[in-house]
Amino acid sequence: MKELFILAVVTFFTLLTYWLVEPFAHSQMHKHIESEGFAYKDLPALTKKGDAARGKDLVMGAGACAGCHGIKVEGMPAPMDPVTAAQSYGVNPPDLSNAGAVFDAKFLAALIKNPAHALMLEHKYNEKSGKSYPMPQFYGAGGDIDQEVADMVAYLQSIAPKQEELTPNEAFETACGRCHAIHYPYNLDGKIHPAWTQIGEKPTFKKKQDELAFEQKVLDYQDSLTKYLGTLPPDLSMYIRSRGEHFIKTFVEDPQAYLKGTAMPRVGVNAEAAEKVIEHLENVGDSKRHERASVGANVMIYIIIFAIFAILWKKEVWRDLH
Amino acid sequence: MAHFTKATSLHDWLNQRLAVDTLRRVLATEYWIPKNINFLWAMGMVLAITFGLLLISGIFLLMYYQPNVNLAFDSVNYTIMQEVGYGWLWRHVHGVAASVVFLIIYIHMFTGIYYGSYKKGREMIWISGMLLFVAFSAEAFSGYMLPWGQMSYWAGMVITNLFAGGSLHADGLVEWIRGDYVPGQAFLNRFFMLHVLLIPLAILGLIGLHFGALRIPHVNNQDGEEIDFEAEAAKYKAGDKANSKVIAFVNDFMSKDMMVVGIYLIFFFYLVFYHYDFAMDPVNFDPANGLKTPAHIYPEWYFLWSYEILRPFSTDVGLIAFAFAQVIFFALPFLDKSPNAVPASRRGLFKYWFWAMLIDMIILTAMGKVPPEGSFSTIGLYAALTFIGLWIALPFITKFEKKV
Repeated sequence: MKELFILAVVTFFTLLTYWLVEPFAHSQMHKHIESEGFAYKDLPALTKKGDAARGKDLVMGAGACAGCHGIKVEGMPAPMDPVTAAQSYGVNPPDLSNAGAVFDAKFLAALIKNPAHALMLEHKYNEKSGKSYPMPQFYGAGGDIDQEVADMVAYLQSIAPKQEELTPNEAFETACGRCHAIHYPYNLDGKIHPAWTQIGEKPTFKKKQDELAFEQKVLDYQDSLTKYLGTLPPDLSMYIRSRGEHFIKTFVEDPQAYLKGTAMPRVGVNAEAAEKVIEHLENVGDSKRHERASVGANVMIYIIIFAIFAILWKKEVWRDLH
Repeated sequence: MAHFTKATSLHDWLNQRLAVDTLRRVLATEYWIPKNINFLWAMGMVLAITFGLLLISGIFLLMYYQPNVNLAFDSVNYTIMQEVGYGWLWRHVHGVAASVVFLIIYIHMFTGIYYGSYKKGREMIWISGMLLFVAFSAEAFSGYMLPWGQMSYWAGMVITNLFAGGSLHADGLVEWIRGDYVPGQAFLNRFFMLHVLLIPLAILGLIGLHFGALRIPHVNNQDGEEIDFEAEAAKYKAGDKANSKVIAFVNDFMSKDMMVVGIYLIFFFYLVFYHYDFAMDPVNFDPANGLKTPAHIYPEWYFLWSYEILRPFSTDVGLIAFAFAQVIFFALPFLDKSPNAVPASRRGLFKYWFWAMLIDMIILTAMGKVPPEGSFSTIGLYAALTFIGLWIALPFITKFEKKV
């Protein structure tokens, strides 16, 4: 009985210290921001029902999207290679094949109409600064602009893979991969995936010259990106451990909430794509999590059996001592 | 030369050459421990087991770790965590054990303080234990440098800066310790050497000293009762185990130790698999960057109390207070003037001193982590002053303690 009391005292002070230095201290050090579930409440809801066929005409024609963006699923490569594109725009414009699956529909509509507003970059691109966002606003093709935008969004959704077909890797590439590198290759389902650079997966080279030529392209791209954003966006290899799921999700949802004035745009991913990006970061930075769970369960079973035997041995030995 | 006869068995062969029977008797079956003890007396064994886990996991990590400023971070976070089979397991065991070992050390220390186990011939147990605390602290700090993350780098910067001695401006000493103007390759290499060779050797030696120091004064018991070990041992050996006040180290004490170790390991492996984050700060998963200072720099939790004694004062006063905090625990057996080696609950004012010290150190620990602003600074300052005040008061309140 006395021992249980002592154990309770030790446990109490241990937990108190833990609570103070972990949950309490971290609540004092970091702003706590709750996720809004990627609802983008500040953006207007889509009121019109889009028509994909009309949307296609607009994207290819009056919308002038294809002037800068590739659409690989439609057999349209990007008009420029990433390095040249970044020299022109600061960052390589994304291929639109997956856009309808990765980005929220409301966000896409707002982006087409006013990119700097949807991306939350109006502190950088405004009349006072005289700078305008590299992607021009869509002022309409002569008809009802809301209808036209809804059509384009409907088209992007019609060509995009279904949510369950979109891989974590693709979600990451479309949402993050043109600014952020991941220099760790990763092993998924027995296959080694190469490291990711801002201009694509790093291939394996037979000749050193080819490798150096590729690295030079990456460095050139990074130079343009650094000029565009003010700093080179961080490598995300270990972000799942250094920032954790909650921070990444809420930061992506609203970067300005944590870091007022940051050049990081609101990415506009939908909730499903955000989960996939997290899964990709786990595949890279915490690739042994499934093994950890299964080994953990077995070790716990083993150690509980060990403890039971240890208690029985003690009882056996101490029977003569009392 | 000793006389050797043809051995009748392997046991006999070994016995003639190594005296295994005598060793077993002296170290185990007739090494007497008081019976009147509780589970806190098993913390020594828990520490030995945890140190064993650190040593074994460390050996595995050493096979893949690269002490190079360009490779260290990736060798830990990529090679060990992702490529090497079960590398993640060894790293999490090592990281969690490094944190938990200090929890057990503090429990072990406060057990010693509560039961007066540093008095009446047990001074060397206390002093060798404090030397172990210092060696473990150095081991923890040097190990924290090795992943070469942001917190490694900046903790290395801040702690080595302390050696400049404030207004003394001993910058040459700081550079000598670092081997460079700022933490770099020379710094990483020497802390690697300290972590994997010199300090572990010192720890092994000190563990020997700590065990040796127990031999003559014997282990204390939970009522501070003075036991005639020879008489009680004779009773035990005569078969009257139930009435003897002592038990044998093996199997009696060992079986209780193993029971506590078993329960402890459930807690330990729960942390390793399901709650490892507390022992591995997220900030240290960003690679070291000398051009980017983290928003909050703080040591691991077990150093926070002494960090907070440094922080609320001006540089020079802070350093003196910090130095005081580092050495004052060594003096405990000599500052406690009371002749009573009994539990704190029976020692008058000392009872309050004990709980005040424990709570004050927990407050210092908490304040050492939160940003030093507003009321946190004030609380930290008063807690630091209380810490110093309690030590100054100790000789006086114990001098007038009534003999029990």
